[in-house]
Amino acid sequence: MTNRTIRIWTLVHKWTSLICTLFMLLLCLTGLPLIFHDEIEALTAEDDLPVPPAETPLKTLDEAVASALATYPGERPLFLSFDEDRPVVNVTTGPNARPPVSQMHISAIDLRTTRILGDLNEDGGFMHVMLRLHVDMFAGLPGELFLGFMGFLLFVATVSGVVLYAPFMRKLSFGTVRAGRSTRLKWLDLHNMLGIVTLMWVVVVGLTGVINTLSVPLVAYWRANELAAMIAPYEGKPVPERFASVDAAVRTAMEAAPGMRPQFIAFPGVRFSSNHHYAVWLKGATPATNRILTPALIDAETGAFTDMRSMPWYMLALRLSQPLHFGDYGGLPMKVLWAALDVLTIVILGSGLYLWVARRRVAKDPATAAPGLRTVAGEPAE
Amino acid sequence: MKPRTSLPLAAVFGIPAGIGLVTVAGLVTALLDDGLVDAVSWVALSVPVLVAARSWWKRQR
Repeated sequence: MTNRTIRIWTLVHKWTSLICTLFMLLLCLTGLPLIFHDEIEALTAEDDLPVPPAETPLKTLDEAVASALATYPGERPLFLSFDEDRPVVNVTTGPNARPPVSQMHISAIDLRTTRILGDLNEDGGFMHVMLRLHVDMFAGLPGELFLGFMGFLLFVATVSGVVLYAPFMRKLSFGTVRAGRSTRLKWLDLHNMLGIVTLMWVVVVGLTGVINTLSVPLVAYWRANELAAMIAPYEGKPVPERFASVDAAVRTAMEAAPGMRPQFIAFPGVRFSSNHHYAVWLKGATPATNRILTPALIDAETGAFTDMRSMPWYMLALRLSQPLHFGDYGGLPMKVLWAALDVLTIVILGSGLYLWVARRRVAKDPATAAPGLRTVAGEPAE
Repeated sequence: MKPRTSLPLAAVFGIPAGIGLVTVAGLVTALLDDGLVDAVSWVALSVPVLVAARSWWKRQR
């Protein structure tokens, strides 16, 4: 690499890093408790499932929805989702089909009694603040997209960092940390070593984070294209006055897709369904396929099956980006490793910032200032 | 440090490429199945963390 190319990559690395570093520090710090949100929320959980009378038959989904609506009169059902390992459904209701999240109510309902176990509503607690800071900094969609762009800058900073790793390491063996000479050299070596070691984790978590920020536009695109094609005969029809049975819709969907189980149901008019249909989102039965969702559309007026199509690639990417970003798909040991890698990333960000400040101090002193990599690397580039 | 002869690119990126491959394998395997496969992923994702710890332990003082 010539000095000129090195200087260009140095500029790219410096500016992309400088712009995104403070936001990345915010994301790493707020992300740390979010990794363990299940464990933290279990500590304060109030919806302990009462011990069931043996072999209690389950009530219907329609009864569960009625129970949620009785708690929030005047609202309409938006979503119904199933708990993984207990007979509990979560019913989301709201004042209209597309209310802001703050106006939605989520009730966890025991399917054996249709008693409401507790609400999962936003409570403004610590975890909620962490989540909002992490997702959109309380700025809604613009905040979300802004953080997505910062994530993209992190990716560019990471790539340029890898390019610059080569000239730095030309005369050093892998993993060298020269801690005995100057503070700056020690942090430089640490920055390089940690950067290259955590590289693929940072790239995967960074890019899947970026994809997650595109969730709203991607779902809107899916609704306008894929979904519109599925429900073409229904175009322009209003949301039905009364909805047919949810239980019947789920049965119809499961008959159309043997071996699949419902993950959640989107009621007519919401973001994940058409105006006229229940969208029953089905998942595969094996660990490898249960992340891949297939929506079956059921006419919400007649209960008739309309259409079913597998998700397009961008929806699949969005779906897979969730576990790969959250680190919640491999038990507690994986979460601990996620946290460790997150902390290492904080060290990379902090040391990068320190190196920039330290280098500026050096550059101001003409006696030690020198062009190119010399002042950064502590030894000459090629 | 007296400049030695420069390492070829393959030598500079050999170990990092290995760590990268192991990391990606660890991230993907846990998606495919539960149980034993999760343990494979824990071992794989420990690699970058342990390499970082080892480099710090062996730092030149």
